[in-house]
Amino acid sequence: MTRVYLESDNVITSLGFTTGQNFSAMEAGISGIHISENNELSLNPFPVSLVDKIRLHEEFSGISKNEHTDFEKLILLSAHKALAGSAINPSSHKTLFILSTTKGNVDLLHKKSGNNQDVRLYLWHSADLLRRFFNNPNQAVVISNACVSGLTAMITGMRLIKNGDYDNVVVTGGDVVSKFIVSGFQSFLSLSPQPCRPFDRNRDGLTLGEGAATVILTNRNPEKLPAVELVAGATSNDANHISGPSRTGEGLFVAINKTLNGIGEPPGFISAHGTATPYNDDMESIAFNRAGLQEVPVNSIKGFIGHTLGAAGIIESVIGAGSLVKNRVIKTAGLQNQGLAQPINTIKENLDITLRSFLKTASGFGGSNATALFVKHE
Amino acid sequence: MNNLTIKKYVSVKSDALRINGEIALANGSSADFGEFMKHIYHFYKVSYLKFFKMDALSKLGFIASKVLLIDDDSSRFEPEEKAIVVANRSSSLNTDVKYNQSISEIPSPAVFVYTLPNILQGEISIHHNMKGENAFFVQEKPDVPFLVNYVNILFKTTRTKKVIAGWIEVDVNNFYQAFLMDVEESDNNSLIANFDIDLIQNQLFTE
Amino acid sequence: MEDLKEKLKAQLIEQLNLEDITPADINSSDPLFGEGLGLDSIDALEIIVLLQKEYGIKIEDTKKGKEIFQSIDTLAAYIEANKKS
Repeated sequence: MTRVYLESDNVITSLGFTTGQNFSAMEAGISGIHISENNELSLNPFPVSLVDKIRLHEEFSGISKNEHTDFEKLILLSAHKALAGSAINPSSHKTLFILSTTKGNVDLLHKKSGNNQDVRLYLWHSADLLRRFFNNPNQAVVISNACVSGLTAMITGMRLIKNGDYDNVVVTGGDVVSKFIVSGFQSFLSLSPQPCRPFDRNRDGLTLGEGAATVILTNRNPEKLPAVELVAGATSNDANHISGPSRTGEGLFVAINKTLNGIGEPPGFISAHGTATPYNDDMESIAFNRAGLQEVPVNSIKGFIGHTLGAAGIIESVIGAGSLVKNRVIKTAGLQNQGLAQPINTIKENLDITLRSFLKTASGFGGSNATALFVKHE
Repeated sequence: MNNLTIKKYVSVKSDALRINGEIALANGSSADFGEFMKHIYHFYKVSYLKFFKMDALSKLGFIASKVLLIDDDSSRFEPEEKAIVVANRSSSLNTDVKYNQSISEIPSPAVFVYTLPNILQGEISIHHNMKGENAFFVQEKPDVPFLVNYVNILFKTTRTKKVIAGWIEVDVNNFYQAFLMDVEESDNNSLIANFDIDLIQNQLFTE
Repeated sequence: MEDLKEKLKAQLIEQLNLEDITPADINSSDPLFGEGLGLDSIDALEIIVLLQKEYGIKIEDTKKGKEIFQSIDTLAAYIEANKKS
């Protein structure tokens, strides 16, 4: 049976430009969320997690002199950094690129230079840019499933490798924070006036975040241990409402059940979606209870970096894999007093325990859910 | 695993609605998109008020799925055994442009929610109570070999017993095209066509 | 007040894309959500947009919205009491 390992990765957020910088900042309890007064994003100040653009331009100029949008620079730089730490050949016909994004270059729509005929608005164009940058011969795949895009992209990559279609899949996800996205979440009254507080009884909405992340999946046996394997995953739909989370946690429960089917022991911890909207977090608590996982430690890292949309599932999987290796579950920043529809074991302080596996879950607009199980090999 | 078969397929283009390649309803008066969708809605006596709140992409996907599954016995499989795999070229760009125009006044939440292409999978899932695998791919051109392979993987490696698969596209110039297939394992008496890359690519999709 | 209620009914039908419903079909005291018109959470958000656009009234607390949006009667009373003239 083919096994799929996480071979190399990168995370770019407000907290740093490498996975290590991000993990260390979170370990130290540092949040990248600040109050933005940038009126190109919103006329009212609002909490948000943004990537340092000056550093982005500087670092990007080290790998290419070509003109690119911030979104393109983010995904190209992230993939470049992950590939630099990898032994795989990006230009091999056995390597595939998958891009996960919700809105790509949509901010071009509200810039004067942009119009709705601009080819850069098409998500396949961004993916094509990505694979051409690394001289890859295969048509790149784009997955756009709202907030579960990143995890769905990883599950898709895993399936294609297990099916023998490719040896390696470079999964890159990203989204930039634009007026388009900010105004939309504001119109949904979803944004918290303070940095988000996942699972807290006083939580009142999410915080948006900007970022990109890459994970390289491969069927090659790991050269060094510990190594993390992506063992199983599933996606599902609530079949309930296009924006509101299911009151019964149905879709998430279905996906968790499929993912953990046949796995003997419960996961060591759950890296939850934890957006800090009242309904999402309640829904997750119900689904975890239905799946019998109410004792399993749960965290959400959105209190550090906000909801990074198309990057979120990848970032959270990579940080979760870091936790597996270090036997340290990162705390849920912003959580003081748990207040959920049903009790679960949320983590308020970093937790040092021996870990063998973790479950990553995500849920989003369109009623979509995705879950994946990662196991450590020592 | 048995071979996969296409139980039924539906296409919607500006000239007509077709079922299994045969014209079921021609757009005789060359009505615009909204009128044609409403015409199909009434022709099939659909009663679903949420339809009128959907954006163009979801309306198109909803109508195609409705016609596709209108005589399907939904009880044969569990909700979590039914998957939806859809691709298109423009993602939700048609609605993105509309939403972007609303930002300068008061942003509309009812428009914003449709600026994600997978909302159409949500709409289809809700109406047909499908809780299985979900994936929305964005491709420059319909990549039939990729979609056929992915659907095969779902049948082989997940608890999937039925997949609604195809292409649902509405572009910024309001050009539209829907092609949806109902794919199941073959039971020999309901065969319309084999779930075959060449057949789909060169014949069914272009009819 | 009756004029305002009739106007509101027409505006709701337009803003919320209520197909095949006329102002005469909406009883001013009937609940807007749940059964009846079948409105949902996104419709509630759109009513907030409508109040802002047409009447200059801003509602930021969704919990408050629940009481105000009970029926055409409660909505009209709230507008009467809060509209900028």
